Amino acid sequence: MPKNDIRINFELFQILNEDGRIVNTRDMPQLKNDDIKRMYELMVLARVFDDTALKLQREGRLLTYASLQGQEASQIGSAIALQKEDWFVPSYRENGVFIARGHPMDMLYQYWAGDERGMDKLDSINGLPVAIPVGSQIPHAVGIAWANKLLGKRSVAAVYFGDGATSKGDFHEGVNFAGVFQVPCVFICQNNQWAISVSRKKQTASETIVQKAIAYGIEGVLVDGNDVFAVFKVVRDAVERARSGKGPTLIECYTYRMQNHTTADDWKKYRSEEEVERWKQKDPIERLKKYMESEGIWDENYEKMVWDDARTQVSEATRKFESVEPPSPLDMFKDVYGKLPPEIEEQRKDFE
Amino acid sequence: MTRMNLVQAINLALKQEMERDSTVVLMGEDVGKDGGVFRVTEGLWQQFGDSRVIDTPLAEVGIISVAIGMAIAGMKPVTEVQFDGFSLPMLDQLYNHAGRMRKRSQGKYHVPLVLRIPHGGGIRALEHHSESLETFFTHIPGIKVVAPSGPYNAKGLLVSSIRDPDPVVFLEPKRVYRAIKEEVPEEEYEIPLNKAEVVQEGSDITVIAWGAMQKIVREAIEQLNGKYSIEIIDLLTLYPLDRNTVIDSVKKTGRCVVVQEAPRTCGYGAELIATINEKALLSLEAPVQRVTGYDVPMPLPKLENYYIPDATRINKAIETVMSF
Ligand SMILES: Cc1ncc(C[n+]2csc(CCOP(=O)(O)OP(=O)(O)O)c2C)c(N)n1
Ligand SMILES: [Mg+2]
Repeated sequence: MPKNDIRINFELFQILNEDGRIVNTRDMPQLKNDDIKRMYELMVLARVFDDTALKLQREGRLLTYASLQGQEASQIGSAIALQKEDWFVPSYRENGVFIARGHPMDMLYQYWAGDERGMDKLDSINGLPVAIPVGSQIPHAVGIAWANKLLGKRSVAAVYFGDGATSKGDFHEGVNFAGVFQVPCVFICQNNQWAISVSRKKQTASETIVQKAIAYGIEGVLVDGNDVFAVFKVVRDAVERARSGKGPTLIECYTYRMQNHTTADDWKKYRSEEEVERWKQKDPIERLKKYMESEGIWDENYEKMVWDDARTQVSEATRKFESVEPPSPLDMFKDVYGKLPPEIEEQRKDFE
Repeated sequence: MTRMNLVQAINLALKQEMERDSTVVLMGEDVGKDGGVFRVTEGLWQQFGDSRVIDTPLAEVGIISVAIGMAIAGMKPVTEVQFDGFSLPMLDQLYNHAGRMRKRSQGKYHVPLVLRIPHGGGIRALEHHSESLETFFTHIPGIKVVAPSGPYNAKGLLVSSIRDPDPVVFLEPKRVYRAIKEEVPEEEYEIPLNKAEVVQEGSDITVIAWGAMQKIVREAIEQLNGKYSIEIIDLLTLYPLDRNTVIDSVKKTGRCVVVQEAPRTCGYGAELIATINEKALLSLEAPVQRVTGYDVPMPLPKLENYYIPDATRINKAIETVMSF
């Protein structure tokens, strides 16, 4: 028997530890104070948006909603590492990325209230619509990246998905294509430890998700997903590698889903309070705040200003969302084809 | 007899079949400790344990194809997909393998599995959670397709489906899950997979529907306050179709309306009308009308009620046929 060493250890890449101290100065990206503040402000904005979504859902004004809390660093850190011309291919949990890329928050609420018009104007952020069938969006990003390569564009595609999605064929097929054709695609897995009630350990017998990169011959990085500096650094490097023709990367952001899977879920049925409490200590926003305080770029006044500003923006978005006219029933016949075939034209007339 | 809703009736059928036959196993995403996203398998993991109530990795194709292997090798997997829209990748395995393993093995192997799918719209769910896909399944040779409409028939039909030697797609009308309660016997009973039910006898017109549309049809007809003598047929099983019940009824009434939630073109209603034309054309007093969804993607909740057939559209079709 040949002796093969198949145990692969991926080290968790971290820059900012749980106490808000830099533990890896060598890799700390060059960030201006304003860049760091922007990270903080976007993370707070994402959280306020999310809290408000949960409240709107309880009041019956949104449908089922998937909270991003706990994953702010993974989402904001990665989003701001992308360029405007890069493509963004989401699952359903990436409201933070949508916000960071400038999709209007009122339209996000609109979509999550069951109004398709909330997914309008995605071309202005180079984004695909929310993808609810888990993992199905992954190969689309590969195709987009490949097209960019063939068309000689500089743009990279970044695709987001969860730990559960890595069980789907779509993930394996997508990553394999990316490896074979060396396309400029960055795979961002937000491993939040749970796929509804199924834990990461029950999802795959692999020690890590990132090690699957090895099997497909692509680069892989395991990163502390609650450390915004580390996520930013890792994603920016992967995007630049991809842009310079050096191929795709699989990034596993090791993080945690602090809330229920969606508003239709009850996590108390399958995970412990202790576990949730443990992850609370790793809160990505608190962590960055501690760092900023130690650097002298955070104080109570600033804190109040950031949260007030986020609340103002979100209540403005809520107001806008609530004052939007209901869609016309005829919209359902819109955008099904470039030109409506006679069958549907007839059905539309019948409807009127 | 106990009054129960459809979720409870299916849960009871699963529990009793698992107690009766140790080869019956449940497989799906979150069916274990969590009890399933619709709570249909609640309590079963606690009773039967990990090896019989199996939380699978998140992979519908994996679930159905592994279940095919298990079924070939002597188990009776009852698989669950969380929402209709996610069953589509399973079509490959259903079409190419589940439905033709018997044929491909010259009758030596068969695939006694059940695929349970919460089906259809009307619960204000997210995108891809409200699809009506029966046509995709009824078009697959070798598969049976069952569409219960309420707690009582759901229980008996599920028992028959689990005991059936061939693959069965079991379409659960999700908007009915908790919407109605019926008397359901505690003891086990079977409802054969080739029998439609005449829910109400009548002599003027036959209205045919299945699954969630049954409830809508009955409510629509109630609004007519006995204006016409209407025969209502609940198909219960879509494949094999109980053609006799349909044909006998249409021959008697001479008029017919078919109601389906799915998009119009190539819907299951078209098959019914073709069957009626083949076997009862000369008894017809008027062209058969179909009330259907539209040939558009299922709208998101803000517009879904404009898409789903309702009492107004059903009664309009009845009037059209009656006044022909
Ligand atoms: C193909 C498919 N199957 C099932 C579902 C139902 N579902 C929605 S989210 C989810 C779990 C996804 O877990 P993960 O990929 O880890 O992402 P997370 O929700 O944790 O962000 C499931 C099973 C779905 N949306 N799509
Ligand atoms: Mg997850």
